[in-house]
Amino acid sequence: MFHLILFLFFGAICVAGAVNLLVQSHPINSALSLIVVMGALAGEYLLLGAEFVAAVQVIVYAGAIMVLFLITIMLLNAGKEERSKGSRVAILLGVPGVVIGGALIGWTILERSNPSAVPIGALKGDPTVIARLLFHDFLLPFEVTSVLILIAIMGAVVLASRPEAVARGGRKDG
Amino acid sequence: MTITAFIIISLIKSLAIVFILLTAVAYSVWLERKVSAHIQNRWGPTRVGPFGLLQPMADGVKFIFKEDLTQPHVYKPLYIASPIIAVVFAITSISVIPFGNAVSIGPIGKFGPWGTYLQITDLDIGLLVVLGITSMGVYGVALAGWSSNNKYSLLGGLRASAQMISYEVSLGLSLVGVLIVSGSLSLRDIVDAQGGHFWGFIPRWNIFHGQTLAFFIYLISAYAETNRTPFDLPEAESELVAGYHTEYSAMKFAMFFMAEYANMVTVACLATLLFLGGWHGPIFGPAILQEIMPVVWFCLKVFFFMFLYVWVRWTLPRFRYDQLMAFGWKVLLPLSIANIVATALIVAWRA
Repeated sequence: MFHLILFLFFGAICVAGAVNLLVQSHPINSALSLIVVMGALAGEYLLLGAEFVAAVQVIVYAGAIMVLFLITIMLLNAGKEERSKGSRVAILLGVPGVVIGGALIGWTILERSNPSAVPIGALKGDPTVIARLLFHDFLLPFEVTSVLILIAIMGAVVLASRPEAVARGGRKDG
Repeated sequence: MTITAFIIISLIKSLAIVFILLTAVAYSVWLERKVSAHIQNRWGPTRVGPFGLLQPMADGVKFIFKEDLTQPHVYKPLYIASPIIAVVFAITSISVIPFGNAVSIGPIGKFGPWGTYLQITDLDIGLLVVLGITSMGVYGVALAGWSSNNKYSLLGGLRASAQMISYEVSLGLSLVGVLIVSGSLSLRDIVDAQGGHFWGFIPRWNIFHGQTLAFFIYLISAYAETNRTPFDLPEAESELVAGYHTEYSAMKFAMFFMAEYANMVTVACLATLLFLGGWHGPIFGPAILQEIMPVVWFCLKVFFFMFLYVWVRWTLPRFRYDQLMAFGWKVLLPLSIANIVATALIVAWRA
């Protein structure tokens, strides 16, 4: 019971943060709302029993990736955005989108909620299970993904360095 | 244990540990002033109490009664929130740090025998929780720099966030070797795995268990994580006035310093737990002394790290910014990865 109350509480924070992200006109407030969303999601994972995922969520997403977002906003010195009157595309596509999305979620909850779903706290998410999945059962996909990320990093380095430096065969330090 | 006993014990433990932490923070400031004075052939604080021991209290009173200036050009919500963020995350991270064996005080009242670990709570992922909470601490500094709306503060905040992210990588990777050796993420299990001796006299601490390199990587990265000299570029007074806390005064300024010293205590506790065997040490004497000795050993080791912090601060000059980044990414990161590979190979070969 207590778990359910906490679960709903974190869910409410999560949704409120997500709405606030859209409503705020200042980029830094939006970024901070996203951090709140990620922290609340970590709370949800923790309640479900996936403690390792929760910790990684906080360390990687809230603690590292969002700091990079924040650095970017601070470096660009992005100011308050102007409020527009609202575009026609947003109304034409957005309102039906929201209605359809809400209807889908409501239908799923009402029709497809089965009693055999994983109850709160029953997920096996301790590090041993995750390690066995990553480094034993799904070793090849995991390693291929890391190679993919490495390629993306190398691509970013090539794109970021100046063309003449690449032509010389490397970037000079300093 | 009944729910009432659990709540009462947790409350007592939390209050006691927070009180001890804040006292330790206040007296680390005293230690810093005193040691720095003696390094520079001065006396340091002497007027308030014997050896200036009441100086932290005088400082506290002064901070509370000083005028709290808020510049008109700051972004107020974040300007006020950032010292709170810094200090809250710095203090929360102490919650999973164990500092001694289990204690049990005989039957008191109707709750039966009260036994508890000397730790607020023991989690299976304790180490990750500490890392997660300390990684959130960067927001206090970064947002303080940005919301002050001042170029020196902004540069300080940017430097702090870039530096803390960079050194968090090598800090985290230096701990992986320890995790491989001990096979657990729970801080209590890691300490328990370090009991006993090699060949009867060398303690089985992780620093003597093949993790010497990891220990030094951790120590250096931890100095950078806590923004202490030689890595105190976010507040380099010769370049940035006072960095991210230029616009802060009175208690808000003091909160950043509380956060910094609380982080130092946490980092010192982690170094003790992960590399120096936590509360393990020679135990002797009568029974009551044997109960207290582990905590004394733990405190002595933490004190050693706190003293080292001050010693290093008043010995080494500051890094240049490009040196700082090059050192973090080109020296510490490869070394910590090499340490992981070597440790993993040795453990796999022995198994």
